[in-house]
Amino acid sequence: MEKVILLRYGELHLKGRNRPFFEKALLKSIEKALIDFQNIAINKTDGRVYITRQQVREDAFVFPRTSETKNYAADDDIAGKSSCIDFQNIEAMIDRLKKVFGLVSMSVAFKVNKDIDAIKECSEYLIDNFLKENPFCTSFKVQSKRSDKNFYMDSIELNASLGEHILHKFPLLHVDVHNPGVTLHLEVREHAYLYNKIIPASGGMPSATNGKAVLLLSGGIDSPVAGHMVAKRGVEPIAVHFYSFPYTGERSKQKVIDLCRILSQYCGPLKLYIVPFTQIQQEIYDKCPQNYLTILMRRFMMEIAQKVAEKESAKALVTGESIGQVASQTIDGLYVTDDAVSLPVFRPLIGMDKVEIMDRARIIGTYEVSILPYEDCCTVFMPKNPVIYPSVQKAREAIVMLDKEKLIDDALSGAEIMILRY
Amino acid sequence: MKEIYLDNASTTRVMPSVAEAMNNCMLYDYGNPSSLHVLGERAANRLKKAREEISCALSVNSSEIVFTSGGTEANNIAIFGGAYIKKRRGMHCITTSIEHPSILNAFKRLAGEGWEVSHLPVDSKGILKTEHLEHLLRKDTALVSIMHINNEIGSIQPLKEVGRILGKLSSQPLFHVDAVQSFCKYPINPFEWGAHMISLSAHKIHASKGVGALFVKKGVRLKTMSAGGDQESGIRAGTENIPGIVGMSEAVRCLKQSFDQNNIHLKRLKRLFFDGLKEAIPAISLIGPNLEEGAHHILSVSVPGIPAEVLQRSLSAWHGVYVGTGAACSSKRKYVSHVLDAIGLDTKLASSMIRISFSHMNTDEQIMRAIVAFKECYRKLT
Repeated sequence: MEKVILLRYGELHLKGRNRPFFEKALLKSIEKALIDFQNIAINKTDGRVYITRQQVREDAFVFPRTSETKNYAADDDIAGKSSCIDFQNIEAMIDRLKKVFGLVSMSVAFKVNKDIDAIKECSEYLIDNFLKENPFCTSFKVQSKRSDKNFYMDSIELNASLGEHILHKFPLLHVDVHNPGVTLHLEVREHAYLYNKIIPASGGMPSATNGKAVLLLSGGIDSPVAGHMVAKRGVEPIAVHFYSFPYTGERSKQKVIDLCRILSQYCGPLKLYIVPFTQIQQEIYDKCPQNYLTILMRRFMMEIAQKVAEKESAKALVTGESIGQVASQTIDGLYVTDDAVSLPVFRPLIGMDKVEIMDRARIIGTYEVSILPYEDCCTVFMPKNPVIYPSVQKAREAIVMLDKEKLIDDALSGAEIMILRY
Repeated sequence: MKEIYLDNASTTRVMPSVAEAMNNCMLYDYGNPSSLHVLGERAANRLKKAREEISCALSVNSSEIVFTSGGTEANNIAIFGGAYIKKRRGMHCITTSIEHPSILNAFKRLAGEGWEVSHLPVDSKGILKTEHLEHLLRKDTALVSIMHINNEIGSIQPLKEVGRILGKLSSQPLFHVDAVQSFCKYPINPFEWGAHMISLSAHKIHASKGVGALFVKKGVRLKTMSAGGDQESGIRAGTENIPGIVGMSEAVRCLKQSFDQNNIHLKRLKRLFFDGLKEAIPAISLIGPNLEEGAHHILSVSVPGIPAEVLQRSLSAWHGVYVGTGAACSSKRKYVSHVLDAIGLDTKLASSMIRISFSHMNTDEQIMRAIVAFKECYRKLT
């Protein structure tokens, strides 16, 4: 009996001829996520990925095992040696795998020979273990799936036979197919796999399979969540942060770097541009109408982000804006902001409330960093009465006094570029 | 760009001779002073000498010095240790509203345990009125804690008068003085103040962080906070930080030798800086006590229109000039410091308050360059 991690990927099934491309990308991100773990093998079969322990060497540490478990060793197991993955490792591996985009769910499964007696014994072991942890469970259900049509029992027969065995061995349990206390899953493929728990994973598409987009990262709560959401769909984000020293300090810069590190757990190494923005802010402050300050700043940010996108051959911009959150995020405000650029601007949080965004940030793990109290670049040059219904015409006219191209070029040439990984 | 460090009230650079003494101690006399072998005895000897040096600076007996891990621990031992032992006599304490957080929060905890804590108000210069103290004193007052020199605005409290008032009382409350900012810059005189306990810290006097001392007058008993060995007369258990203590005594020795000339130098630097700054930026205003009344190493000014943090950052990044904004520990928080609140300062002035604190290591030339840097930043930021 060998412990394996069984990984499922959903949507990729639906892909046609480029399915191998996506599967390859997924395998690559799984490999990356598990890079710290030794002696594991990642195998892909039809529609599933299995993580198993690599063939144990003769001199390797042997896990202690009891005599009963000896019988159902799978045939590729080296005689007398168990090839179980260490339990502690499994927990850590699952934590990492939960962050791999493209995986829908996973299970820690036992792999046994396709032999009904071995399967029965394993199911008994599994239920027994479950009952030890959940002594108040009274009902169960068996759910079998026979992908190997050569196996002599079909799934209904398998359900019946396993159910009978468990009823016999655990007299206190009864069958409840609608609301079972525990569901025993059995999959008969090239081997038989048994498990009782399905752990949900991130879902989405494998990292870096859907092109690049530039993410405007402020250091607040919203923008990392927006980044996570597009990265989940397989987009490779390139982060741009606007840095207004001395109005914001090293610590707020470090905060953005930390946020990128957290995001890189999900989407892999992340490129971060830190663009000096003070000059532009000051020029706008000095030479443009007060109520348009924020809108103009946002337009400049967008334009710089677009320049970065051109350089990185990214095809979209991503922001963490949501309608009406602040004065510059009214529909009119967003329209005027978008007018500055020709690339599509994606705002994955557009219909979300602050509370929902905060919940998501907590799940991703960026919340704690985001709420650190260092001022981000927006809070310094705040107009007293920002315009709520700005017009494109006025926004365009407002910057006639500025040498726009030079300001943007200067900012970009002063940008600090770094690649962050976890 | 050579750095100009003008934030000596938050911490100081270790003097070379102190570093050397500490280094020697760590490499050669590394024994545990409680050990009975030769190395242990050498360490014990070092400890004894250091204790003598520091007690000498306070003109007290060497057995009256307890080494701690710093000013905060010294303050905590004094307040909790003193309050708990005096509990039966009364549960009332008096402190000022401009103390260091390690005092204020200690009293806050006592208040949560059922003690009554009165806060002495201060005037706009940050100085308490002795009438207020007389008014607040009660028969059951167990502990009075007043700082010598305020860390944010440099106001000096009239401890001699306070001591005289307390001395007249029959109930004899414990009198604790937080002298972290004044140690080695002003004469510290437990006898004259009638103080029972005085907190000192090493890293404000060019020695290392993690060391401090508490003077505890002979006969004053304190309740022990830490359970452990009987080091430091049982008041503060744990193996003594010999390198740190040796460093502290070396710093005290050096500063004692040049005490008078350092003070003249500091006074001149402060005057020079303020006059120069006033000329460069006429809009600045002095915060807290007058130039002569305040401590000669702390100068607080408000540069209107520029948030203090912004000015602090640009001074350091563009000119290598390091200044403080209020207490270093509180600059992360967004609200205005409690000290500035207590002296009734306008929020606008408070949010642009810069603290310049000098050390005897600063030179006239550094001051001139710092003034130029201020002028330059002011021009760029407004």
